Amino acid sequence: MAEKIIEVKNLHKQFGENVILKDLSISVEKGEVVVLIGPSGCGKSTLLRCLNGLEPIQGGSVMLHGEPVLYGKKSLTKIRQRIGMVFQSYDLFPHMTVAQNIALAPLKVQKRDKKEVEEETLKLLERVGLSGKADAYPNELSGGQKQRAAIVRSLIIHPDIILLDEITAALDPEMVHEVLKVVLDLAKSGTTMMIVTHEMAFAKAVADRILFLDGGEIVEEGKPDEFFDAPKTERAKQFLKTFTYSD
Amino acid sequence: MDLAFISQHYPLYVKAAVLTVVIGGIGIVLSAVVGLICALSRYYKIPVLRTITVIYTELSRNTPLIVQLFFLYFGLPKAGIVLSSEACGIIGLTFLGGSYMSESILSGFQSIKKGQIESAESLGLSKAQIMRYVVFPRAAAAAMPAVSANIIFLLKETSVFSAVALADLMYVAKDLIGMYSSTTESLFMLVVAYLIIILPISLLCSVLERRLRRGGA
Repeated sequence: MAEKIIEVKNLHKQFGENVILKDLSISVEKGEVVVLIGPSGCGKSTLLRCLNGLEPIQGGSVMLHGEPVLYGKKSLTKIRQRIGMVFQSYDLFPHMTVAQNIALAPLKVQKRDKKEVEEETLKLLERVGLSGKADAYPNELSGGQKQRAAIVRSLIIHPDIILLDEITAALDPEMVHEVLKVVLDLAKSGTTMMIVTHEMAFAKAVADRILFLDGGEIVEEGKPDEFFDAPKTERAKQFLKTFTYSD
Repeated sequence: MDLAFISQHYPLYVKAAVLTVVIGGIGIVLSAVVGLICALSRYYKIPVLRTITVIYTELSRNTPLIVQLFFLYFGLPKAGIVLSSEACGIIGLTFLGGSYMSESILSGFQSIKKGQIESAESLGLSKAQIMRYVVFPRAAAAAMPAVSANIIFLLKETSVFSAVALADLMYVAKDLIGMYSSTTESLFMLVVAYLIIILPISLLCSVLERRLRRGGA
């Protein structure tokens, strides 16, 4: 059996009285691309945020390579160096250039060699089609370029897994493709990822496994072909229907 | 306007201006330090320190500087603590300025969006590193207009220093008017002296604001 990167057991999460995730258990294996889909408010983003300790959980456990992810604990900074996260709103640091954004964590957190980090920064920027943008400030980039830079920023720490939280939701339609192409390329090269997205065609293309979340539970799980072509549950059928315009 | 009077007495103003700049400068720097400590304790919601800060801020902002100075200069000796005029001026200005600086710096910290902090957290940066590399540089830029307004406000507030026998600009002007009835010349020199001190500082602050904003907001 393949190596487990993330293992979530009986995760329970609520905001006040409002239960978001109920007794949820999932795992992600090395090299696997898992895509979370589901109606808005179903807890997809919350689940992703629980995985790297951005949200406290009320029950169950989250493990990265067998080490617990504990909200608010000192150990979290170590664990987070092994989890990359890319957000919907990019959240590049606007007062730093693209290269400075990318080099911040490897230099200050991982204490890596400056020259080596510089070289890897340029190599990764080239890989996502941003050569020549190293010295640009984020406000000089388009949304798609910003998001690709943010992907590089999470790649350079060499994480065990990358979490992508609706990374194209804030983009103009013509920029969605250039960002998703980068993610597809990462998937092909064996990067372990957990992706929350509303782009169904992309989900189908990139996923090894689809998790359909609704009402805080995993309602259906399966290979992308099976899920999209022959969903087993009524809720998944209803959800997928909202993406088609013929009846 | 009696130019001879001006040329005869302007050295007194120079001396007073130096005093205003030195005492004011020290007070402003200390205000910024106190303000930063207060702002940090409120930003991170540090239990006891935060409460002390809130009480201090209300006390400092809702009493006039002249009352604070009187308390230091005439009140404390009753409790056996005698301070020099200079010390009173510096402490008084710091007491007043600290709360204003605290408010300005705190609003700078609070202008940094949660997403910025979360993305820094997810990169594994510690709390101190997030403050140093992500929050502080941009908070400083955001707070700079308010901080420069405070600097100029505090420099102007030094004009009540004469109340605790500090020979500042106001003191010299009042003295000259009292001795020679030279109201026009003395007030003219007073206004010019304040402008000479404060105008360049205003300009310097705007330059600094622009430089800090580099790279966009």
